Amino acid sequence: MAYSFPDDVLEHVFSFITSDKDRNAVSLVCKSWYEIERWCRRRIFVGNCYAVSPGIVIRRFPDVRSVELKGKPHFADFNLVPDGWGGYVYPWIAEFSRAYPWLEEIRLKRMVVSDESLELISKSFKSFRVLVLSSCEGFSTDGLAAIAANCRNLRELDLRESEIEDLSGHWLSHFPDTFTSLESINMACLGSEVSFSALECLVARSPNLKTLRLNRAVPLDKLSTLLRLAPQLVEFGTGAYSAEIRPDTYSRLAEAFSCCKKLKGLSGFWDVVPSYLPAVYSVCSRLTSLNLSYSPMRSPDITKIISQCHNLQRLWVLDYIEDVGLNALALSCKDLQELRVFPSDPYVVDANVSLTEQGLVSVCKGCPKLQSVLYFCRQMSNSALFAIARNRPNLTCFRLCIIEAQAPDYLTFEPLDAGFGAIVEHCKDLRRLSLSGFLTDRVFEYIGTHANRLEMLSIAFAGDSDLGLHHVLSGCDSLRKLEIRDCPFGDKALLANVAKLETMRSLWMSSCSVSFGACKLLSQMMPRLNVEVIDEQGYSDAEADSCLVEKLYIYRTVAGPRIDMPDFIWTMDQDRAYRLRNRPSS
Amino acid sequence: MPPSTSESTATGGGNSLDFDEIELTLGLPGESRDKKSGTKRHFADVIDLKLGSFVDPETDKSGGDCSDLIAGKPRSKERVVGWPPLRSYRKNYTMKSNCKYVKVAVDGAPYLRKVDLQSYGGYQQLLCVFEEMFSCFMIRNVLIEKKMMNTVSRSEHVPTYEDKDGDWMLFGDVPWKMFVETCTRIRLMKSSEAINQLTN
Repeated sequence: MAYSFPDDVLEHVFSFITSDKDRNAVSLVCKSWYEIERWCRRRIFVGNCYAVSPGIVIRRFPDVRSVELKGKPHFADFNLVPDGWGGYVYPWIAEFSRAYPWLEEIRLKRMVVSDESLELISKSFKSFRVLVLSSCEGFSTDGLAAIAANCRNLRELDLRESEIEDLSGHWLSHFPDTFTSLESINMACLGSEVSFSALECLVARSPNLKTLRLNRAVPLDKLSTLLRLAPQLVEFGTGAYSAEIRPDTYSRLAEAFSCCKKLKGLSGFWDVVPSYLPAVYSVCSRLTSLNLSYSPMRSPDITKIISQCHNLQRLWVLDYIEDVGLNALALSCKDLQELRVFPSDPYVVDANVSLTEQGLVSVCKGCPKLQSVLYFCRQMSNSALFAIARNRPNLTCFRLCIIEAQAPDYLTFEPLDAGFGAIVEHCKDLRRLSLSGFLTDRVFEYIGTHANRLEMLSIAFAGDSDLGLHHVLSGCDSLRKLEIRDCPFGDKALLANVAKLETMRSLWMSSCSVSFGACKLLSQMMPRLNVEVIDEQGYSDAEADSCLVEKLYIYRTVAGPRIDMPDFIWTMDQDRAYRLRNRPSS
Repeated sequence: MPPSTSESTATGGGNSLDFDEIELTLGLPGESRDKKSGTKRHFADVIDLKLGSFVDPETDKSGGDCSDLIAGKPRSKERVVGWPPLRSYRKNYTMKSNCKYVKVAVDGAPYLRKVDLQSYGGYQQLLCVFEEMFSCFMIRNVLIEKKMMNTVSRSEHVPTYEDKDGDWMLFGDVPWKMFVETCTRIRLMKSSEAINQLTN
């Protein structure tokens, strides 16, 4: 090609292309574009850390600055994945430390992160700026101390919802006095108290601080001190929002909040004393995001706040909001895009909260921009689902959890097939769906036929037969992640749709009716899938093939079978005979 | 308004797929395979498999073998692993009002224990739990003192509790729910001492 652009011109053009999808498309145009693109790709996202190996990534992309990795399957959030399953980040960090000295950002989700990994991160990357550990585990506050002490240019430290061994709050004091670059810190998940003076000094010397999410241990009477030091905050999470009722404490707090003219997001509010709530009223009209899902605030207090939040886009809340609060939400928050309602007491049959399907219907009718819903409730009807579908065809994410498994339509006692069918038929851009309630194979027929944009589907205690699963696997053209528990789905549907599995990121099936024999067959037919059987009980050789597997995780990979599997995971690899021979006898 | 019925497509004609034609079997030709047909996994079946007996907290039905009561999970609702789908992080923050932890002291034991009274359905169940909790200690006692011990209630230890008024009460006089409401701590008092107090 005599007339192609010089490489650096192409590289400059490519620098404006940031989405992974577009970058991947660019790399397929021709060999020279592939080469140019791979040298200038700076950001990679690996949705399943076992789909590829660090070596393969580094070989293709030699100069990466930002990495995002995800480990365990989603159902690990609900304790369905045994400890020791995997998702260790250390091997990645070890190779990155050699290959990417200029790495700036690491974002991890559901991975096992050790203190050694954190120490290695803190010492390997001189320009390190962003560390996000979402639902991770395996490390302690000692690891955080290493990050604090060594990452001179750190801008963001976000520990959201990770399980951390909380040895002490002393880690925060490891940030040196010369450290002034902090922009965002989220330590809400930590239990122990940090030194307040260390925190105060840190906030005082961080002029770019935009996000500050405190943990429960920071008392209310100290909040005004921090807010006065950081009036530029955009997102703020309180600690325990309770103190003895004292007028001077209140007025200081109210005054401090009113100085935060840029505040758009609020969270925290553990242990609320309602008398202190009006202190936040001055910021309500600017709020776009409000997370009250850890707060015992009741409906009247919640309603008073949200009635003033006319710009609210995102609300996470407990079912204490009740239908009456949701009605107020529907009236006041016309910009609402995302609603999540969590159960305050998921394990009692009759909660003392008046929250029903009507609250959700109200919000769906009243909020024209609502796209994303996560809703826990105790009753649902097909008619409510029809109303939701008709009113909100722009839904992209609909996750409904009716707390009592297999609960039918509470008005008609029918299955909820038709209701969910209406959702998938009307909401043509639906990308994520979680089902609950009493459902037959019919709902899967609707889903397979209509849910063309659906990328992630979660199913529990539903369906009658393999036909249900077959509907989903043979339809749903965009399906990437499928997770199923306690459904009567088995070998037939799986083996009739093997090719589909390579078009998806992963499939999880637990407590279903899949046999070992089918797993072996699947492994043989599809060498680019890892078929991992999780079997904590052990099985005997004699009846292996017809035994049903407890849990099954299938994912596509270019890295072959993984080498860090614990004893209780079985795959059909070359050492199969060895593994069978050497299984401990039960 | 139910959705319109689907039309058969090349990929999605689920209704017309004849499974027998594509059925794959394993094993030698001619060998019949005893196939398990897909059966609906009912929620109730899952409970039976995983939990054992269930205790109703509304009425004290906790009489019976200790082994039954301890094997079952004595919550107000049957529990299945991972259902409802909530992160444990979130479960930890759900309201503590449904827990009532009280200290349990056993005369002669070097340390105390804590139990969540809301977890149990009745007095008998609670006593069984004490038997299990303090079994090591009791056994050591038996060896040292060479006395026979049966259950806590028939042994040297008398179960008592302190109520909201600060009075020490004997287990069993008030209904279970009232006990849970008013109990602030529990002491398994040596009956010799109880007798001493009575005679003083």
